[in-house]
Amino acid sequence: MWAFFHKLASPKGFYAFSARLSPWFWAAAAVLIGAGVVWGLAFAPADYQQGNSFRIIYVHVPAAFLAQSIFVAMALAGLVFMVWKIKLADMAATAMAPLGAGMTFVALLSGAVWGVPTWGTWWQWDARLTSMLILFFLYIGVIALRGAFDGRDSGSRAASVLTMVGVINIPIIKYSVEWWYTLHQPATFSITSRPAMPVEMWLPLLIMVLGFYSFFIAVTLTRTRSVILHRESAKRWVRELAGEDG
Amino acid sequence: MSRPEASPKSYARGREPEASVALALLATMRRDLLALLRRPGAAFNSLAFFALVITLFPIGISPDPELLATIAPGLLWVAALLAALLSLDGMFRDDFADGTLEQLLLAAQPLPLMALAKVAVHWLTTGLPLALMAPVLGVMLSLPPGSYAVLVLSLALGSATLSVIGAIGAALTVGLSRGGVLLSLLVLPLYVPVLIFGAGAVQAAIAGTSVAAHLALLGALLAVSLVFAPWAIAASLRISLNG
Amino acid sequence: MAFDSFAAFLAMGGHAAYVWPAYGATLLLLIGVVLHLRLERRRLWRELRRRARRERRQAGDANREVSS
Repeated sequence: MWAFFHKLASPKGFYAFSARLSPWFWAAAAVLIGAGVVWGLAFAPADYQQGNSFRIIYVHVPAAFLAQSIFVAMALAGLVFMVWKIKLADMAATAMAPLGAGMTFVALLSGAVWGVPTWGTWWQWDARLTSMLILFFLYIGVIALRGAFDGRDSGSRAASVLTMVGVINIPIIKYSVEWWYTLHQPATFSITSRPAMPVEMWLPLLIMVLGFYSFFIAVTLTRTRSVILHRESAKRWVRELAGEDG
Repeated sequence: MSRPEASPKSYARGREPEASVALALLATMRRDLLALLRRPGAAFNSLAFFALVITLFPIGISPDPELLATIAPGLLWVAALLAALLSLDGMFRDDFADGTLEQLLLAAQPLPLMALAKVAVHWLTTGLPLALMAPVLGVMLSLPPGSYAVLVLSLALGSATLSVIGAIGAALTVGLSRGGVLLSLLVLPLYVPVLIFGAGAVQAAIAGTSVAAHLALLGALLAVSLVFAPWAIAASLRISLNG
Repeated sequence: MAFDSFAAFLAMGGHAAYVWPAYGATLLLLIGVVLHLRLERRRLWRELRRRARRERRQAGDANREVSS
């Protein structure tokens, strides 16, 4: 059992293991997102208040979920890297960061577009959008900090510390922004918090969320493989792999 | 005959590390304060920056006192926050350049505590003066009466948190040659809660509602950051020095 | 099916200008991520192979020098 984990935590072992795992997640992501898009766009009923603009929920909410989850995943990876010195964890964190920033951006964009028919403006300082914007800045900070160091190891450790500090702050930021929002804009219409949705509305949402998570796992597995090859390119097993291939 | 020699000795041995930590803390703070006193320009710079930024707003927006009064709490808080941010870059830089930081890392005293001493000095020389100067600028922005005490108190309390959190960013970027802009990028998102509760306290004071909740939350933020940040500062200093 | 015709589906009840860009941006990100992944992999492999070939050539040169 421990031997298995030990092997998995080594870049070489993970490289072999993830090759077998990632196709399943790619397939799941394609099927789930495909089904969710068709269902959400064409078959789910229109909302009685917002009409068809409600369908944006099927991309906005999964993107927002992923934006937050990826930051937490990066912080966990950073913790594992700092405490147990497992390099693989840092490689995974490196691989995830751009996707997380991208998801945050898409959540912001779809929220802003959704705001036009709902609030009548492209940007409203809504609690969710505001904390999503701050999360976006946190992502940029982590990516920029990692790139600013010349030594890869110090860049990795600095990014890990910042991610962990950020993840402690995210709930505080969320709470304070919500508090600030209710203080300044009492009882406005929030786009995503609503009375219980009927099944035919939330089932496609669930499928989309699962699809986005599969996509995240698939991307992370595949991209970590690239990071492994890049960082271990001087190691013997990578050189042998490249030699066989060419 | 029992000789009392053993007990004072063990007493002394038991006491010594604690005493030396306290001594080292005081010595670090004294040294940093002295270094700043010999070069008072650095401390005045952030105060001048604060006043300058506040001057820009009536020029840029409107000299209308009524309009200024409504936005004064936010303006004062944002300008003070930026002034505190600007001074962060120098928090560890000189010590990094002349090797003092390395000595601190090698010293027997726990690094998180020693880092906290530096943060305390930073707050004493920037956060506190900014808070004390804010009422003067408040008058210039025609901040309504009755909110001045809350302004000073919220700034004093909030800027302590700003110094503590900012020290993490300063420690992470101290080894980088062009860390200044990056530092603000790292630190500003983390400053949002402090700004919300700080500016909120002043606004609540103007509105005549209770400010206890705001100040309590500012205190809670300070307490939480005091618990977590020293470890992060110490870890960041190690990364910057060994990298 | 929530729509009567394909035209109605495209019109999205008058909200086409909001729904389609939101979905378009999301799909663009997903596709962009996948394309970037493939490009990154291909470039990496090209580099690794080039390095392997160079090493093999150098090893061959060294052998020849020894034998001559």
